[in-house]
Formats: sequence, C-alpha cells, structure tokens
Amino acid sequence: MIQSLIDGILTGAIISLGAIGLTMVMHILRFANFAYAEILAIGAYTALVFDALFSRLVPALDVAFAPLTLTGSLVLALLIAMVVAGVSAVIVDKLVFARIRARAGALSMVFASFGMALILRNIITLIFGHQPQLYTQEITFARVISLDPLILIKPDQVFVLIAALILMTGFHLLLTRTTFGFALRAVAENPNLAQVAGVNLQRMVIAVWMIGGALSAAAGVFYTLTHQLTPMLGNNFLLPIFAATIVGGIGSVYGAVLGGFIVGIASGLALMVLPSGYTPAMPFLLILAVLLLRPYGLFGEDER
Amino acid sequence: MIGLVTYLVFFATMAGILAIAVLGLNLQWGYTGLFNGGVVAFFGAGAYGTMILGARPDPMLMGGFDLPWIVAFAGGIAFAGLVAWIVGVLTLRLRHDYLAIATFGVAVALESVARNAQWLTGGARGMRGFPRPLESVVNDTFLYMLVLLALVMSVLIIVYLGLERLANAPFGRLLRAIREDEEAARSLGKNPARLRLQAFVIGAMIMGASGALYVTNTAFISPQDMAPILTFQIWAMLIVGGAGNNRGALLGAGLIWAVWTASGFALTRLVPQGWQLSAGSIQYILIGLVIVGMLLWRPQGLLPERISTRPKPKAKGVTER
Repeated sequence: MIQSLIDGILTGAIISLGAIGLTMVMHILRFANFAYAEILAIGAYTALVFDALFSRLVPALDVAFAPLTLTGSLVLALLIAMVVAGVSAVIVDKLVFARIRARAGALSMVFASFGMALILRNIITLIFGHQPQLYTQEITFARVISLDPLILIKPDQVFVLIAALILMTGFHLLLTRTTFGFALRAVAENPNLAQVAGVNLQRMVIAVWMIGGALSAAAGVFYTLTHQLTPMLGNNFLLPIFAATIVGGIGSVYGAVLGGFIVGIASGLALMVLPSGYTPAMPFLLILAVLLLRPYGLFGEDER
Repeated sequence: MIGLVTYLVFFATMAGILAIAVLGLNLQWGYTGLFNGGVVAFFGAGAYGTMILGARPDPMLMGGFDLPWIVAFAGGIAFAGLVAWIVGVLTLRLRHDYLAIATFGVAVALESVARNAQWLTGGARGMRGFPRPLESVVNDTFLYMLVLLALVMSVLIIVYLGLERLANAPFGRLLRAIREDEEAARSLGKNPARLRLQAFVIGAMIMGASGALYVTNTAFISPQDMAPILTFQIWAMLIVGGAGNNRGALLGAGLIWAVWTASGFALTRLVPQGWQLSAGSIQYILIGLVIVGMLLWRPQGLLPERISTRPKPKAKGVTER
C-alpha cells in the first residue's frame, strides 16, 4: 500500500512536469496537442546523446554523485536537453502549427498535432531503434526504508522527486514574482486584452513552448533515470498528462501539478487491485470520472 | 495468375472494409466537425463484439455464444454504438478537445482490455474460429472470397447511399450548420449537443460495422488488429479524399490502401535485411507526412466538399423547411 503510494507520487511528479506545459499550450493556443508528449522523448534521447558525448570528452565528468547514478555529464546533458526540447517545440510550432493556426480552426490543429506525434515518434525510432536504452549500466540497489511493511526506495527516485519539486517551485516564482510571469498569466487569462496592454503575443507563445519544452524534457530525463528509455516514452505519457490537465482543469498550472500527482497516485494504487496490464487505461477512467463529477476539473473554468 | 487474382480480391475486400470506416469518420469529422482520436476503438469494439457473440464455444473463454452471423454482426455494431454513446454523452457538451482526448483514451483502454482480459478476449493470442455466413454452402475457397467481397461491397454501398441521403436531408444540413456556426444553429432552436451525439454514435456504429466485417473476413482477431496506426490510416484516407465528401472518402480509402500496400511491398524488397524493423517506421512517417502535408497544402482534399447554396428544385408548392 505505502509502496504503491510512493511509486505513484514519483510517477506523479514526472506527469506533473509534463502537464504544466501542456495545460498552458492548451489554454493559450486553444487546442489539444497530441504531439506534446513526444517532447519528453526528444528530451530524454537528447540527454542520452549528450551524456555519452560529455563522458567521452571529459572522463572526469563521468563520475556518479554517490549514492545516485546521476553523473556530472548527465546534469550538463539535462540542461542541453531542456534547451533542445524547447527549441524543437518552437520549430514545430513555426513549421506546422503557426501556419495552420493562421487560416484554419482549432480542430485542424488537433488533427495536425496527431500527425506530428506519429512523425516525431517514428523519426526517433528510426534513429535510435526499438531496443531499450539506459543512461548508465550501473545497477543501484533500492534502500530498504522499512521491513514491515516492506518499502524500497532508490536514491535516484528521491533525487527525481526533489528536482521536480524545485523546478515546479522555480516556475511558480517565475509566474508570481516577475513581470514576465505577470504577462504570461495575462495572456492565459485573456489574449486580446493582454495584447492591448502591450504584451507581445508572438513572444509569449514562443516563451510558453520553451518553458513547456524544458519542463517536459526534464520529465523525460527524470523518467529515464529510474526506468528504461524506448521510443514509446512519449506515447505512454500522452494519456496520463492529458488526464492531469483535465483533472486539474485546462489552463490551470497548479491544477496540472495536482492533477499529475492524482493521476500518478491513482495509477499506483490501482496496481493493488488490477493487473499491471491495465495501467494504461487508468488515466482514461480518471478522465471519465472527472467529466461525470466536475467537467471543468478542479481549478478549471467553463470555456465553451 | 490465380495468385494475383486472389490477391486482388483480398485487396479489394480490405479496401472496402476500410472505406466503410472512412465513411463513418466522414460523418463525424467531415459533416459534423468532431475529432475522433480513437477510430480503432470503435472498429475494435465492432470486431470483438461480433467475434464474442458469433464464435463457437471455447472452454477457455466466456464468449463463444455461437449466435447466427447476422445477430453477431448487429451486436458488434450495437456495442460500438454503446461505447460511442458513453464517451459522447460525457464530452460533447464540453470544449471540442475533450472529445479528442476521450476518444484517444477509450482506444488505449479498450486495447488494454483486449490484451489483458484473457477470459473474454483471449488476451494477446486473440480469438479464432468463427462460423462465417454461407461458408458451409460454398465449398470453393476462391468462390467464398468472392462471396465475402460481395458482402463487403453491399454493406459499403448501403452505407454510402444512406450517408448521401442523410447528407442531403435536413439532418445533414443541420450538422453542417452546427459545424460552421453553433450559435446561429442554437438561435434557430436546434440542439447542437444532441445532434452531435447522434452523428457521433451513428459514425461509430459504421466503424463498428467495418470491424465486424473485418473479423468476418479473417475469422480471427487479436490486439494487433487494434494497433493505433489504423486510426492514422483511416484519417489519412479521409483527409486525402476530401473531408465532407463521401465520394472523396471512397477515393481516399482506395488510394491510401494501395499506397500503403505498395510501399510495404517495396520496402520489404528494397530495405536490406536487419533494417526491416525500420521499414515499419518509414511507413508510419509517410502516413504522418500525408496527414500534415494535406492539412498544410490542400486541406480540402482531392475531392472537396460540395455545398449546394440552393436547395434542389422540388415539386411545386413544396418549400424547404
């Protein structure tokens, strides 16, 4: 029970990071972006490449910070992955979404993102292959926290949770303490009014993709730190992060964070009653439950 | 020679089955503007529903009711409709992307049920053995393939004529009115949520019929047949042919199925051994590029939607509602 709860919280932190950007994009650009979760995979694979590169170039960086498996080169690779993922999100927007946005409705954007997800996922498969990848071959043993009930936690998992919380707190401070954050919230609230007040909408859209891309890349890297990496990473996270945005209410950043943890914990606890094969279906059941009980999510507003 | 003819019959049967699903999607997306991200869920619901009701009894499975084919066929369609109704009732009164996400979700959920519910679906190994209509009467294999082709084509023609009629009836105009301007339709006293739900459920039942014919043709179903790529293929067929035009939907189905088959054939020949796994990825990228490329450069498709600005001439004294 407690072990499922802990595992759920860890997955939840990763889902939350992914959902923050998605909920902003869905609110400001007003479309469900099916290609969004592929950013997690782009981030994770970028970090894989740069991690290998740095540890070859500067062997001194290839030393793990005990007791973690995290190395100096992976930290650098993570930072680069966050930038690369953000930039690729902006490029996809410029190449595809911006053009469709200019002359067609929101549903055409949903449709285009659906196609883009397929393209991005299979380009990754083409480059890296189907076989699972790892950042390190080292095996870390989980620490026994308690024997009765049996609770096992890996040091990496603790790091992931803390790092995710730090990123989220940082983003919260950005939103509430800076002029930029104020402008971002204004755009989310009312794009037209924000423009009248002198906020550059184009630049804000780029900023949203950069921030969302960076947070998602971190989510992808954090996931790979504790699991295997395959090209299906994005596809596997798509429904959970959509569920997190719906549970939290589309457009609510704090809702997305809370929603991510709810989805993660619910999926973790579901393992106690259902075989693990059904885990992919859990977010869907949560979506149905939210739509039945509270259609606009915990913090969402009616935007028909 | 006979091999080629057999293959062509098989090809035409599959194209016909997929065309039916494309017509169902056209009703949802083309006429009503509903994004269905889980076409494969309704296709699979029809397929598994038909199989479970119509298959011979199997001690390992709960299903296998051995019902007459036509009953199983109707049951599969009804099951697809039921799934659509549940998803539709919950999402269609909300912002449009809730439906997109929920349909994507229902496809993931049903696939995991197909994979894991051993007692119902046979899990990963699937279900086989299905008493097909007229199979005992027709002894010749090739002749029986022709019978199935005829069956698929007659369902296709019925669905096509039905949808054409629907499109030109007040119901079709109403759906387009909602798609174009919901407020205006509402101000005329129409109920957009109910009409959308009707169009969504009918479209899903047509997809269910497509899945039901698929198991009738193969007498086998496994979770592989519910792979998400099918949704993308059917979308590509519709967008290439022309959303909102039933003839375009048929054209797109034939064209994309031909390109898909041909590219698969070419890739297995051209791609060296050891790279064969990548051939699938290349085909998937092509489907994605077709979808995104069409949206960017020719969103109306090869055969664009034709909207008659004036009602067709009617008998004297009869005015359009």
